[in-house]
Amino acid sequence: MSIDGGGAATGRPSTGGDLTTLDVATLTEVLHKGEAGAVDVTRSYLDRITAEDPRLAAYLYVDSETAIATATAVDEARARGEELGPLAGVPIALKDVVVTAGIPTTSGSRILEGWHPPYDATLAARLKAAGTVLLGKTNMDEFAMGSSTESSAYGPSRNPWDHDRIPGGSSGGSSAAVAGFLAPWAIGTDTGGSIRQPAAVTGLVGHKPTYGSVSRYGLIAFSSSLDQAGPMARTVLDAALLHEAIGGHDPCDSTSIDAPLPPLAECARRGADGDLSGVRVGVVRELGGEGHRDGYEDGVLARFAEAVALLESLGAEVREVSCPAFDLALPAYYLIAPSEASSNLARFDGVRYGIRIGDDGAHDLDEVMALTRERGFGAEVKRRIILGTYALSSGYYEAYYGQAQKVRTLIGRDFAAAFGGADGTGLDVLVSPTTPTVAFPLGARVDDPIAMYAADLCTLPASLAGVPAISVPCGLADGLPVGLQIMAPALADDRCYRVAAAVEAAQDAARGHRLLEPLAARAVGPEHTP
Amino acid sequence: MTDRLVDFDEVLTRYEPLIGLETHVELGTASKMFCGCATTFGAEPNTQTCEVCLGMPGSLPVANAAAIEATIRIGLALGCRIATWCRFARKNYFYPDIPKGFQTSQYDEPLCTAGHLDVEVDGETYRIEIERVHLEEDTGKNLHVGGATGRIHGADHSLIDYNRAGIPLVEIVTRPIPLTGAKAPEVAKAYVTELREILLALGVSEVRMEQGNLRSDVNTSLAPIGSLEWGTRTETKNVNSLRSVERAVRYEIRRQAAVLDAGARIVQETRHFHEDTGSTSPGRSKEEATDYRYFPEPDLVPIAPDPEWVEKLAAGLPELPAARRVRLREEWGLSDTEMAWLVNAGALGLVADTVAAGASPSDARKWWLGELARRANDAGQELTELPVTPGQVAELTRLVAEGTVNDQLARQALDGVLAGEGDPAEVVQARGLAVMGESDELVSAVDAAIAGAPDVVAKVQGGKVQALGALVGAVMKQTRGKADAATVKRMLEERLLG
Repeated sequence: MSIDGGGAATGRPSTGGDLTTLDVATLTEVLHKGEAGAVDVTRSYLDRITAEDPRLAAYLYVDSETAIATATAVDEARARGEELGPLAGVPIALKDVVVTAGIPTTSGSRILEGWHPPYDATLAARLKAAGTVLLGKTNMDEFAMGSSTESSAYGPSRNPWDHDRIPGGSSGGSSAAVAGFLAPWAIGTDTGGSIRQPAAVTGLVGHKPTYGSVSRYGLIAFSSSLDQAGPMARTVLDAALLHEAIGGHDPCDSTSIDAPLPPLAECARRGADGDLSGVRVGVVRELGGEGHRDGYEDGVLARFAEAVALLESLGAEVREVSCPAFDLALPAYYLIAPSEASSNLARFDGVRYGIRIGDDGAHDLDEVMALTRERGFGAEVKRRIILGTYALSSGYYEAYYGQAQKVRTLIGRDFAAAFGGADGTGLDVLVSPTTPTVAFPLGARVDDPIAMYAADLCTLPASLAGVPAISVPCGLADGLPVGLQIMAPALADDRCYRVAAAVEAAQDAARGHRLLEPLAARAVGPEHTP
Repeated sequence: MTDRLVDFDEVLTRYEPLIGLETHVELGTASKMFCGCATTFGAEPNTQTCEVCLGMPGSLPVANAAAIEATIRIGLALGCRIATWCRFARKNYFYPDIPKGFQTSQYDEPLCTAGHLDVEVDGETYRIEIERVHLEEDTGKNLHVGGATGRIHGADHSLIDYNRAGIPLVEIVTRPIPLTGAKAPEVAKAYVTELREILLALGVSEVRMEQGNLRSDVNTSLAPIGSLEWGTRTETKNVNSLRSVERAVRYEIRRQAAVLDAGARIVQETRHFHEDTGSTSPGRSKEEATDYRYFPEPDLVPIAPDPEWVEKLAAGLPELPAARRVRLREEWGLSDTEMAWLVNAGALGLVADTVAAGASPSDARKWWLGELARRANDAGQELTELPVTPGQVAELTRLVAEGTVNDQLARQALDGVLAGEGDPAEVVQARGLAVMGESDELVSAVDAAIAGAPDVVAKVQGGKVQALGALVGAVMKQTRGKADAATVKRMLEERLLG
């Protein structure tokens, strides 16, 4: 490896020469200048995956051969002097909910075992076209239903901060991979918090974009009206760069918004200047404020309070805001999401793809479908299918699905009221802790679905309202990362990045190093330490 | 099992039938409802599919704008109110021919509502109220292999062709149609017939019933005359020809009467119609009905047709069949009865097109209701299925009018056209069918006839001029009908009497 030294000049962390420790913004420069090749970078990650993934279990599928081939092609193109996009040669990991042509895609479920999709998700195609190198597909809770990866049919991933703790979920394979330095960044999906919660508990930046601003085409649907793909990265700027690479209108997704993305990376860079003068920040009382602290850990509330103080010190105008309907977000979400899921998952019937059980001549059609679903789905998925089927059934629809949709409208109104203000007094962003607790131990909540669902308490309102929200690290509690959630009005994702970048820059400066740096050093392993 | 049936006329002395129809129409759009796949009929199984219409995980629908436009035009033609905002809904049920585990349809927010269609039966007009017109997607087709019946029962295995899955399907639902009495079966048929004409005029579907472009479900119930409540209905599924619509209603009326007469109750169920026997048999019982768990389709955005655009569509509707019939009847100077014959024979459009191609209305009617109707009947085909175009028929009438051929030769020319030998003029040329002038050939044929029948010649010259017919016949035979009989007669008169 030829890039030792010079870290200070390029803003690289000083953890030595391992390419895997570089953030992507730096890595793209290194690649562009030819200080390292795409193959070098890809090899570094593949080596590290080989060494570390047996413990982290971040990946469900690693495609070394194709990754090296893709990287080689990028290097050759660069050598020929071809004009390459800025992300050419940068490795990436995709959550296994993202459909990839010819590459096994399971959504964490047994029922899709052996499925080799015939097409690429729009975001996968965009990343391919940008010249990124797909390292592999990351683990996840089955069909994205869970907050810990423990519902994955292929076993849980582990938190790089503490291998006995959950990496969050459902995008827990992606968070483990990025925080564990097994990928520079990754794609996650967020239905009720599945990007933000795993990002928060592993010390990453995770952004759930405005609903409709990243194509859902080729994301295996959990809850269509809530699902959004987004970036998970080690820095705010990287998250913005990845968001820009995957975002924007897609005619294949009817719910895709036909509007240009705001300049996200530019806002992230500007935010890093640390000046938040004039930015109006609302602290949501219902998310960890006075009278709403049940289930919130003291350490989380302490880091959150410090983060709010930091925002003020950076010039933001901070005031408390009440969003009463947020108290109803959890029950509303657990009616809407399972209802849509019960329908979205109906296609897994053993007829066209995936596993088929009982096709032995002794069982009729209905039995084969039932056996396939019985064997193919895990307990949490079945629980939600049953819940959703019940909520949609004739005679109950209004009382459950109908009521939940009304709550959803109310939550949207709470956001609108907070952000509103034609009088110019409206808030620019709302903040809360991303999660009520730090990463909990593996196994702690598997037998208690309600406790598991509570992990998404703070992230659900933005999901239900379709507004963007980012989680940015705001320190450690008991040695484990805590996330700050920043929510903005629909299509104002740039505000999330700007405020998050300011917090990140101030905290990194105060700390003297990035939050993840201890993991980078540890993860390299003794034999690699310079 | 054979159903007990009551004589139809007797049923009507005691019961009042109530009918209703749900008609599915496959639109003739170039691509499917929610993806870009082609919709060609009869393609190799599963060659017109993609991840969307196969319901592959992750795929998403995008609504076909042409299908929405076609549905609105159907609604407008039926006098419906067009929604200013409506949504698709998911109809959830498990069956292998629906790839997603739900059918994307419309539920409580249809695109068109509250229309009507007037149909005429035996000079009386019946107003059929249209409850709704909505847009959905067709299912795939199951093929059950190895059984005796082609049904799943007893089959060895089943194959699924998803070419049809996702083809845009419009469902047109009537309100219950009361007070049709003994005419119920004919009103049902007349409704589907008129609907089909409208769809043809709009050009939104090929409406080929034998290809399943148009399929009707027929609801039938009986109530004792004077009863204030309607009876329990049955739904006879997928009745696939106009004649079958009538037969299915008639059969259900007779069957239900027998059940009610026996003091039993009608089971609310779907029934299958059997073309061969004209009978129906029970399918799924609706009393253990599936709960379809409808909810608004979250993968699609609401449809909100711009009222100005809808107005433009309304203004751009073609002349509808009823108005066209009135106009043509007047233009052609036909009586109501004559017009009814044309309509009932399914020849109105053909005659109109033939007139448009240059034939006189009377010639066009004569050909389609005469010679062509006979040929279609012999072949067991519909008039429209005959391999002859209105343009070709018009050419035939022109050849006759010009004297190029006579009626007899024109029929021979038609043989050639039907055999695929080309246009009439080409057939006349190729087969040498043109009427002979006073050629040497004709002169020698006349000579031969005179020489060959001295006794007839003697009779003619003896004053029995009628006997000339036998000589004309001989010449015609000699010339294989190509001579013009009047010419022959004149030549013979000149020779024998001149």
